Amino acid sequence: MKTIKLSLFLLLLTLTANTQNYPSGKLILDKVDDNMSSKNRVSTMQMIIEGGRTTRTIAMKSWSVGDTKSFSEYLAPAREKGTKMLKLDNKLWIYSPSTDRTVQISGHMLRQSVMGSDVSYEDMMNDTPLLEQYKAEVTAEETIDGRKCYVLTLTAILPEVNYYQQKLWVDQERFVPLKIDMFAKSGKLLKRSRLTDFKKIQNRWYPMLILYKDMLKSGGGTKIVFDEIQFDVSISESIFNKSNLR
Amino acid sequence: MIKFLFKGLIRDRSRSLLPLIVVALGVMITVFLQAYMNGIMGDSIESSANFSTGQVKVMTRAYNENRSQLPNDLAIVDVEELTNSLRKDYQNMTFTEQIRFAGLLDVPDSNGETRAQGNVLGIAVDMLKSDDNIKRMDLQKNLVQGTFPKKSGDLLITDQLFRKLNLKLGDVVTLISSSMYGEMAMYNFHVTGTLNFGFTSLDRGTMIADLNDIRTALNMENASGEILGYINGENYNDDNAKAVAAGFNKQYAANTDKYSPLMLTLSEIDGMGFLVGYAENMIFLIVGIFIIAMAIILWNAGLIGALRRYGEFGLRLAIGESKREIYTTLIGEAFLIGVVGSFIGSIFGLLISWYMQVVGLNVGEMMKDSTMMLPTIMRAHINATTYYIGFLPGIFSTVLGAMLAGIGIYKRQTANLFKELEA
Repeated sequence: MKTIKLSLFLLLLTLTANTQNYPSGKLILDKVDDNMSSKNRVSTMQMIIEGGRTTRTIAMKSWSVGDTKSFSEYLAPAREKGTKMLKLDNKLWIYSPSTDRTVQISGHMLRQSVMGSDVSYEDMMNDTPLLEQYKAEVTAEETIDGRKCYVLTLTAILPEVNYYQQKLWVDQERFVPLKIDMFAKSGKLLKRSRLTDFKKIQNRWYPMLILYKDMLKSGGGTKIVFDEIQFDVSISESIFNKSNLR
Repeated sequence: MIKFLFKGLIRDRSRSLLPLIVVALGVMITVFLQAYMNGIMGDSIESSANFSTGQVKVMTRAYNENRSQLPNDLAIVDVEELTNSLRKDYQNMTFTEQIRFAGLLDVPDSNGETRAQGNVLGIAVDMLKSDDNIKRMDLQKNLVQGTFPKKSGDLLITDQLFRKLNLKLGDVVTLISSSMYGEMAMYNFHVTGTLNFGFTSLDRGTMIADLNDIRTALNMENASGEILGYINGENYNDDNAKAVAAGFNKQYAANTDKYSPLMLTLSEIDGMGFLVGYAENMIFLIVGIFIIAMAIILWNAGLIGALRRYGEFGLRLAIGESKREIYTTLIGEAFLIGVVGSFIGSIFGLLISWYMQVVGLNVGEMMKDSTMMLPTIMRAHINATTYYIGFLPGIFSTVLGAMLAGIGIYKRQTANLFKELEA
């Protein structure tokens, strides 16, 4: 009996000691947001979609201001070239050059995938800092790709978030997530992303390659490769105008 | 012997008239019901075959597993090659490629902004190279206004949807759907005609477009969700369809690729098996019910007749005729009544069935809220079975009725016969 009590005491002591050694979840998330979120951003990227039967590459250029405004234009392939997307607050419009039509995407259609990728329109629209959407708790330490990480469990504090819970593996040195698991309220794993090829751009670490995998879809996932990315640059307000879609 | 029994029946009409009427009526109803059910079931099966399922349907295995979701990302690629090979291997059959899809039909206002939207289920078949598919789907009778597609970009929608979206013929509408690769697909059409199917499920929101337009819209070049097959000049026959499917699937049995083709028969698709099985077996159900019902009536008629002929049987037994001989003649008489009654009943049944085959019964008003794929005009269909089906319950029930009624003959005691006669 004494042995059991002693073991329990030691276990409790170890757990307490470990928890005390971790920085707070809020602090880590704050540092993650410093890296991943920005006032505005201009990027050129390629989306490599590895479907069950074929691999397609879509090139696009994107301008965004915080989490409220974003404008994207598809550059390739030929079928998609000229397709434009405009997001203003929580509204999203898509312009299709082949039909010369602008259609607003809303409701359940926002959960559909962008260009058949593993990324949904909702995922793409959401650039709100994590700290504003989730409360974070550090639950463990693990090593990913040889880098020590804090494992954070994020639970939604806003009802309208895309994923009720997220698990982040945050690099202890750079404070960037290396892996993110996204869960439904039921606990089902919906999506998983791996962030690699970090580059220091304008005093922040940013992943130049993100592998996004919709766990409910077949296929090899979607790679988002940033060819070029600039933060906190001057973007003309006229870009985020509906008339700019046509 | 037959002549003797026949004379007896004609001369003593009280012995034959009631059973004859009962048999003729029962047979008439049996014949008519067989033809009518045959017509309704056959029409439903043919409607489904012609409109969506084909007599056989070729899909990829993966598509088949999720076919209710119309998963065009799992469609057959290099479909032209497969269709040509099917046409070569099954020269007595017709094959046609089909894409089914779901989407939104978006109507723009003068600024190109959305004015109205409606959910649609779409069917794409070749409509420009020939009118074979228009004929197969029997669309001519469903056309309410306008014309069938004559050029790329022409579209047919249901009249109900047309009115809901407040459209005019020639208006531009945009199909918003998912391409084969899951990306959002948008494509403009001109509405050239409207259809009314008479099936609520279809009339709510169906669009029919040319296959090549939908291939372009959904990024499905040389791909199709389904290939439908029809045995030339033949209505759906489950055995024949299964034989074709078994032969085709044997070629790919060793192939474990989830995109390898799979052929299913109409009876294996979307619960149609129940309808096919029901159509095949319902006639046995009808005949069985009528045999039992008529046998009970004729048993009673036989008992009444036997009571009336109590003296006659007693005399015949008294003068030395065996019980077996009397019982046999009774059954012989019943057999003759059965044959004659079945003949008369079959003629009347066939006449009514023929009328219902030609004219039919319009139940469109009653079916307006139906979600089942049933024709609005119910017609009978006379086939080879209709000509002989009435004879089964007609003869069997009269003989069975007579056999039951005649059991009393064996209970007569020879020693008491003369006492009975004296009385």
